[in-house]
Amino acid sequence: MYSNGSRAIVKRIVSQFKRDKRSLALMLLAPMLLLFLVWLVFNGSDYKPLIGYDNLPNPIIESISDNSEELLKLDREEAISLMKSEELDAYISMENEQPAILLEGSDSNKNSTVMQVVEEALQSMDNNQKGTEPKVEFLYGSSDLGLFDRVGPVLIGFFVFFFVFILGGISFLRERTQGTLVKLLSTPIKRWQLVVGYVVGFGTFTILQSILIVLFSVYILDMHMVGYVWELLIVTILLAITALTLAILLSTFANNEFQIMQFIPIVIIPQVFFSGIFNLDTLDKWIQILSNFMPLTYGADALSDMMIKGYHLQDVWFNIVVLCGFALVFFLLNIVVLKKHRTL
Amino acid sequence: MSIIQIDNVSHQFGKEKVLKDVDLKIEKGKIYGLLGPSGAGKTTLINMIVGMLRPTKGTIIVDNTKVPSFKVLHKIGFMAQSDALYQELTAWENMEFIGSIYQVKKKILQKKMKEAARAVNLENHLKKPISQFSGGMKRRLSLAISLLHEPRILLLDEPTVGIDPLLRKSIWDEFRKLQQNGVTIVVTTHVMDEADKCDQLALLRDGRIVASGTPLELKKQYQVETIEDVFLKDGGVL
Repeated sequence: MYSNGSRAIVKRIVSQFKRDKRSLALMLLAPMLLLFLVWLVFNGSDYKPLIGYDNLPNPIIESISDNSEELLKLDREEAISLMKSEELDAYISMENEQPAILLEGSDSNKNSTVMQVVEEALQSMDNNQKGTEPKVEFLYGSSDLGLFDRVGPVLIGFFVFFFVFILGGISFLRERTQGTLVKLLSTPIKRWQLVVGYVVGFGTFTILQSILIVLFSVYILDMHMVGYVWELLIVTILLAITALTLAILLSTFANNEFQIMQFIPIVIIPQVFFSGIFNLDTLDKWIQILSNFMPLTYGADALSDMMIKGYHLQDVWFNIVVLCGFALVFFLLNIVVLKKHRTL
Repeated sequence: MSIIQIDNVSHQFGKEKVLKDVDLKIEKGKIYGLLGPSGAGKTTLINMIVGMLRPTKGTIIVDNTKVPSFKVLHKIGFMAQSDALYQELTAWENMEFIGSIYQVKKKILQKKMKEAARAVNLENHLKKPISQFSGGMKRRLSLAISLLHEPRILLLDEPTVGIDPLLRKSIWDEFRKLQQNGVTIVVTTHVMDEADKCDQLALLRDGRIVASGTPLELKKQYQVETIEDVFLKDGGVL
């Protein structure tokens, strides 16, 4: 039955929604945005590998060439250096009448695409040479490297980012709504001291969080890991600080906890799609450009390189510099935005 | 000698003019009451003396320094209209937190915290988290917190809301004690018997000061018996 009481509540909810246009817009538009993102990611064309070769019979070259983005004649050293800069997926050559494949290896999807292409090419060879199984080597990882090993590092970065963002955002929001921010700013505290306090205070717990996540992934879940744990921690902590400073900044634009949650589909989820879980190579250029503005891209990329390829901090210095840059910019913006509450 | 001097101050939020050409001199060591209906601009004026807001026009000088200024923030004890307390922390932890932001030395702070808690009758509740405090207790704790760094000027926005008459009296006794020590106190209030206790009053309406003086002077000016009647007459009711 539709009682008067219920009717009153319905009316109230409608009025509240009308006042909170942002929530309404989110409810109506966010699902479409997210569907669009999923559509983008899954609608990319098939990936065509970049392959190098040396000393291969012509029919094989032709077959591979049809199924690859690029096919270059290289020697082994050139091939390895291209792989290191992520410009080559595989290198195929003949060793003692046996085809030898060197896979870059860090992406299991690319590995299997390459293997398909090569196997198809080998089919086209003379019958007498059939049966010679190709020898497969990996520059990084091994044939054991599964999907989880590849997305694992991205997920570590994501979860660190996500939880710090939510907790930091709500915590700072409460500071505002419960009036303690005004009280704090009526003391002689400098605005930057306030933000530093937040970063260091939360930082302590994010260190703990990072240690647990990393150790759990590596030792309990047995995620592929050839780097150093402490180096991973540096990156996750940096990522956490970036998330925290961004959360504090965005909490200024939220009036309640619910509105903090609204940032999840807008700020967090797109980063997941575009930060390395899915291969962006086959997607439009603008998405790749967009992903350059996402902190998680750099964190996740550095974590992957360290865990799968055994890179060190100095090898991922660029990602670290960019992350520091993000954190610094958010930090400074926070100090400026706090002027809204105290002009001094 | 006036410790707070407000010269021709106006303030607007967007298009809304909250204060219009306010002039005010507050003498050192006085208890100064800001009276007026809700929305008259009392809180805005207090916030501007603290230095949270910058006047759109005019200047405010506190203790010979133009605000906003960090130097002035050190000398001011501020209590906002809403209780700014951390719900998860105990009363003691809340006090300790703000006290240490003022960089009060640890030993002195401990002593000050006990004194302040006693002054507002909370010394037996310091270990409780704020979530277990009643409205009046929170108000009193907020007041205690604003005293920790021995401010020379107290700016209190409706300090006695939700506090029963008995406790209100003891809080006013505390104000008197502070006053004897040379502290200047500015309070906004709706409680008329409180207004009567102030040394000086200013009546605000629609962002303007419409009358000021001692309670006696105001009553004379409006030709009424009580401050409540001043208020009512000014509002056009009487």
